[in-house]
Amino acid sequence: MFRRLREPADPVTFSFDDQPLRAARGQSLASALLAAGVDTFRSSIVAGEPRGPYCMMGVCFECLLTVDGVRNRQGCLVEVRDGMVVTSQHGACALPAGDAR
Amino acid sequence: MTARILSDAGSIAATYDLAVIGAGPAGLAAAAEASRLGARVLAIDENAAPGGQIYRSVTRNSPRDLPVLGQDYWNGQALADSFLTSDLDYAPGGTVWSLEPATAGDDGRGIRARIGISLNGAACLIDAKAVIIATGAMERPMPVPGWTLPGVMTAGAAQIALKSAAIVPAGRVVLAGCGPLIYLLAAQLLDAGAEIAALLDTTDRRRYPAAVRHLPDFLRSPYFRKGLSLLLKVRRSVPVVSGITALRILGDRKAETIEFHTGHRKRTVAADCVLLHQGIVPNINLASAAGCAIEWNERQRAFQPATDTEGGSSLPGIFVAGDGGGIGGAQHAEVCGRIAAFAALRTIGLAVPETALAALREERRRFAKGRAFLDTLYRPAEAFRAPPDPDTIVCRCEEVRAGTLRGIVALGVPGPNQLKTFVRCGMGPCQGRMCALTVSEIMAAERGTSPAEIGTYRLRAPVKPLRLSEMAAMPPSPSAVLAVTGRSPDEGP
Repeated sequence: MFRRLREPADPVTFSFDDQPLRAARGQSLASALLAAGVDTFRSSIVAGEPRGPYCMMGVCFECLLTVDGVRNRQGCLVEVRDGMVVTSQHGACALPAGDAR
Repeated sequence: MTARILSDAGSIAATYDLAVIGAGPAGLAAAAEASRLGARVLAIDENAAPGGQIYRSVTRNSPRDLPVLGQDYWNGQALADSFLTSDLDYAPGGTVWSLEPATAGDDGRGIRARIGISLNGAACLIDAKAVIIATGAMERPMPVPGWTLPGVMTAGAAQIALKSAAIVPAGRVVLAGCGPLIYLLAAQLLDAGAEIAALLDTTDRRRYPAAVRHLPDFLRSPYFRKGLSLLLKVRRSVPVVSGITALRILGDRKAETIEFHTGHRKRTVAADCVLLHQGIVPNINLASAAGCAIEWNERQRAFQPATDTEGGSSLPGIFVAGDGGGIGGAQHAEVCGRIAAFAALRTIGLAVPETALAALREERRRFAKGRAFLDTLYRPAEAFRAPPDPDTIVCRCEEVRAGTLRGIVALGVPGPNQLKTFVRCGMGPCQGRMCALTVSEIMAAERGTSPAEIGTYRLRAPVKPLRLSEMAAMPPSPSAVLAVTGRSPDEGP
């Protein structure tokens, strides 16, 4: 959905849903994914509708991603780093099973 | 001298003279000015580099690599440099999740506020004798059918992507909405080689008579020349459709077409990327949660913290500077930041060069010129503030639709806070940032009154989500230990 005006001079590699992707060092995760052609980051918590970045400045919370195991990180505020493991989120978070005593 | 860059919560000191929240034009100017006048300053900002949104990534870019951004953007470099060469603590990538006025007022050390910060995965609470809230603006929500589809973003979002990552939308771009930014972005995207299929201008023609009154002032402002040249440039290269009265974005799992009405004519245009914009409004969440009095600005059609002429909020020691206190633009924000720094330092007993104030006030007046015209002309039509279509999502987080809200209002809820508890509108992760204005507008429209009468959500900390583990890992205060164990910590077990 987005294209780079120039190739990253100092690229890093990260993964999104097990797919390896390249990005420029220092760019936000949201912009890195958009530049890699990813426009859907998650599905919404009520209707399961596809959602992607809307504001890119930390106010809309549409770009929520799981980053290195931590849920609900704002993709537009997290800088992409080498080796980052990023996954999309689907619907509402399930509570861990077994603890509901 | 260089600013000390703090990268973890442990390196933030326990107490500062002044905490500045936000590193856009107002925050940068306030922090640099206060440090120059001898205050011990902490600046906290969510982004990795100074500049806020208007000067986003300005220290990381060069005019050679991104010439499309224009001189007004590069002017931010000097301001960011003066900040980075100041004697202050700077926590980039830090989130302020709470701001609590010191309840006892003056405790002898002059502490006026306690601030909750999260930095690099750890949280802390620090004290400040004065606080300048410089949280800037955000784009006014533009709730139209389909605005939640992937491929639909704000114009500001595309501009941030351009500034911070040098990326531009690929394929057919359609811009829709009103206000100066949409034409600025169109010009920048054209220069960057984007394919703009259409600019759908929703400017409400009924606003012209009201705006004309402010025209002479606007013609003498720098906005006029810049605006005119942008308008001409965009109209030369992009099909501009004016008088849009309704919009709808359609697509299966992503934006594919945009349908629009001009009077009774309906047309569609194919789009791979839709960029919406209808002006900017103060980002008030932190000030509001801190307890600052919030007021309605009818000309700007938005809520803002009530401030005195120097940015002082209703709470002692807490100031608001820049667009977060009312929209005035980057240069205006910078001057407001300096004025607020003076006022903040005066309250904590530091000497301030009072003679410089008159010149700053004059500058502020000059930079406010032309605003009244823009505010009046670009007030979005009611259809774009209070969506008439019942299926339009208003609260993006909890997926609450306009029809549901109108139904709840008809039941007789007293205000937005009660409405929130009925349908969870505004209770998702964005904490009402994306829906608050629309909710007040819908309620006002249903009741035939003004949002001034309706009010807006009462907000509470944490204003940004915080991991429970971060909160749990914070060292307990003596009062917290007493509250939980019934003993004071120095009593022993």
